[in-house]
Amino acid sequence: MSDFAIELKGIDKSFGLVRANKDINLSVRKGTIHGIIGENGAGKSTLMSILYGFYQADDGDIFIDGEKTVIKDPNAAIASGIGMVHQHFMLVENFTVLENIMLGAEESQILTAGIAKARDELRRLEDEYELEVDPDAIIEELPVGLQQRVEILKALYRGAEILILDEPTGVLTPAEADHLFRILEQLKSEGKTIVLITHKLREIMAVTDEVSVMRRGEMVATRTTSETSVEELAELMVGRRVLLQVDKGPATPGDVLLAVEGLTVRDSRGVDMVKDVSFEVRAGEIVGIAGVAGNGQSELLQAITGIRRGTKGRVLLNGEPIRVTGHADPAELRHRGLAHVPEDRQHMGLVLKFDESENSILGYHDDPKYLNGLFLNIDAIRKDAADKIEKYDIRPPNPRLKTANFSGGNQQKIVLAREMERDPPVLVIGQPTRGVDVGAIEFIHKRIIEMRDAGKAVLLVSVELDEIRSLADRVLVMFDGRVVGERSPETGEGELGLLMAGVEDAKEAAQ
Amino acid sequence: MSAPYAKLPAWVDYGLIPLINLVVAFLVAGLVVLAVGESPLRAAALLIEGAFGYGEGIGFTLYYATNFIFTGLAVAVAFHCGLFNIGGEGQAYVAGLGVALPILWLDQIMPWYVVFPAAIVGSAIAGAAWAFIPGWLQAKRGSHVVITTIMFNFIASSVMVYLLVDVLKPAGSMAPQTRTFAEGGQLPRLDWLLAIFGLDIGGAPFNLSFLLALVAAFVVWLVIWRTKLGYEIRTMGHSPKAARYAGIKESRIVIITMLMSGGLAGMMALNPIMGDQHRMALDFVAGAGFVGIAVALMGRSHPVGIVPAAILFGMLYQGGAEISFEMPQISRDMITIIQGLVILFAGAMENMFRPAITTFFATLGGARDAKPAPAVE
Repeated sequence: MSDFAIELKGIDKSFGLVRANKDINLSVRKGTIHGIIGENGAGKSTLMSILYGFYQADDGDIFIDGEKTVIKDPNAAIASGIGMVHQHFMLVENFTVLENIMLGAEESQILTAGIAKARDELRRLEDEYELEVDPDAIIEELPVGLQQRVEILKALYRGAEILILDEPTGVLTPAEADHLFRILEQLKSEGKTIVLITHKLREIMAVTDEVSVMRRGEMVATRTTSETSVEELAELMVGRRVLLQVDKGPATPGDVLLAVEGLTVRDSRGVDMVKDVSFEVRAGEIVGIAGVAGNGQSELLQAITGIRRGTKGRVLLNGEPIRVTGHADPAELRHRGLAHVPEDRQHMGLVLKFDESENSILGYHDDPKYLNGLFLNIDAIRKDAADKIEKYDIRPPNPRLKTANFSGGNQQKIVLAREMERDPPVLVIGQPTRGVDVGAIEFIHKRIIEMRDAGKAVLLVSVELDEIRSLADRVLVMFDGRVVGERSPETGEGELGLLMAGVEDAKEAAQ
Repeated sequence: MSAPYAKLPAWVDYGLIPLINLVVAFLVAGLVVLAVGESPLRAAALLIEGAFGYGEGIGFTLYYATNFIFTGLAVAVAFHCGLFNIGGEGQAYVAGLGVALPILWLDQIMPWYVVFPAAIVGSAIAGAAWAFIPGWLQAKRGSHVVITTIMFNFIASSVMVYLLVDVLKPAGSMAPQTRTFAEGGQLPRLDWLLAIFGLDIGGAPFNLSFLLALVAAFVVWLVIWRTKLGYEIRTMGHSPKAARYAGIKESRIVIITMLMSGGLAGMMALNPIMGDQHRMALDFVAGAGFVGIAVALMGRSHPVGIVPAAILFGMLYQGGAEISFEMPQISRDMITIIQGLVILFAGAMENMFRPAITTFFATLGGARDAKPAPAVE
């Protein structure tokens, strides 16, 4: 027996010219929670994919429980006692919990015996780890937190002794996240080993015993959690000192530039995703909309920006109504001074196959300064793109490079540069830093505050509560399509978290 | 982890990979020839000799290529908008009316250079009109163009049979075709062009519409990559969400693209009708609309790729005819099989060899130049 559940020695992996993992060494002690942090593109997911058998390492050895193990596919990983909970759940949505847990472990063509066995085993696991879930519930009817629990049960059912969780809290409310951490503690006390991949430093500090930091494909440090700090970890991740707290003065709100009155948005299934929402955004302030993903924020953003048709209500831009329930035209709204940084950068905000300069005019391509009559003025477009690249420090600084080859943070800067450089009075931003590395987050946050200080009205939607709290001057919380409360950004996380979970009397409940 | 392959040099992407696919297609085709008891080497020699070995062969090769340039461009333009127009066959067939009717009206009173512009406009309008309905249905009703265009091929076929048999056929004739055009309805052949290279065109119908096809290829490049309309079409094709975000009128772009696509397919009708047969006969399109799909795939939807791909298929048509003439074991159907293999390897299985080639070049490049490519995850 070994002290270490997992030992990786000299793991190397390249994709073409890209060396995603360079000579990685990692030791995870048995019965501990081990965090792995790093920016996007640091190689965390690649490393875990090697451990779970999705990829083969080019070089290096894997030791599980002290024994050298070759993991050639996920089945081999499962056989070695490794279970993985993916960031995007791998569940069949219209199957029951039981059916999902059995999937791939049916044991015979006739299911009856297997079902009975699985049911018994599931009951035992539930008792042992306090993981209650109704075995006959349909997955899509369960809240996200419970779906994740099913993923964990699935891994345990297959005999996992080592559990890898990839960004597990991205879709959870703070309360659900806390619950998850209690489950992880419970699993740890039963002797399981847990590897937690995240980019949220606070979670690392809260639950892990040890933490390893990756940067640009290398393992740069391993620390005992109790002996390190958020600041040190951030610095290790980025390779330089990072300002985690945004500096900003008090807001000086002016005229109402964006007003939403009784807006209702129905989706194609006939479900009201946004229900009678009203609020105002004034010049010189940032209004943040907090909420767990999927509570109508996306639909609200899309209705305001003319991408999706609203069912009822009014939206006033600069005092003039927009055709929110008719054929609103995003191009027209742009002319009227509404800039939009969409949530879905990769499919909506950018065309990844275009080169950088082509994306730098998306939506503004009818501006005469980019055109020669019917033709594109390629020189003017590239020059303009080069200016923005310089101003926003977009790397690599090449307007002719295909957009897909930029990192997430730089892609986001391309969108921000395009939208902010038009100097729009109203700026609507969705998930400004999703999938963006820590270094770029700092830059993006600064820009957003600069826009506010320049007297722009900023509407900010983010599922990162920390981001909302540090940027917004007023916080609206959305739950189930409604705005369930307005708070100041200084409000405690507990109270905001409860509001996000739909507990209306959050103040009392928090006490 | 979205970019497992590093970027390839352009000459590999657009030159080497299609070439390897082509070579493999010919190797497999060679096995087929072997299986029917003929020598693959002799067949290959016959194919190349028949297509390029003498003036008349080249004339025929380029005559067929002209058809495929038009239909290939038609498919490519639609591809750029994310539309799969497989109705080139029907659009070209109906466009025969756009060619034949002005000619029947003008050929006895006007010279060809007056009739030709009218026929060009007529063919483009008729082809575009036949593509308009599927385009409109796609844009406004969400009916998939793959389904509607293929249906419109059948409708076109029936309508044209009716028109040729019952309306356009001269009284007393037994053949379902229009009367033969007078001088004004006949395009000059490009015998002088081949003569520059010391070649004799013989009886090949290589004619002026080849030059029109080259002009069309240039115009397509210009529109797709250098105009605002082309920018909007490409945005739409890559990401309909981004197009909506950018305020691009989706249905307008879909309809315009289908009109352009249909117009290009329609112009193909000029080549056989005005350039070769000098009358409109039954089934003059003869599959060129479908070959256009393979040409567009192989040419990577870019005019610079489409022209050589069209010439390649022209070679298969012409050289294939030669093989079946010289080797009685190999029938016309065998030629279709060989063409099918080329389509399979060059089009459908286009990415089969890509991973291996990428790895090869990555190792090569890695040794020479260790510059890391950006963005792994």
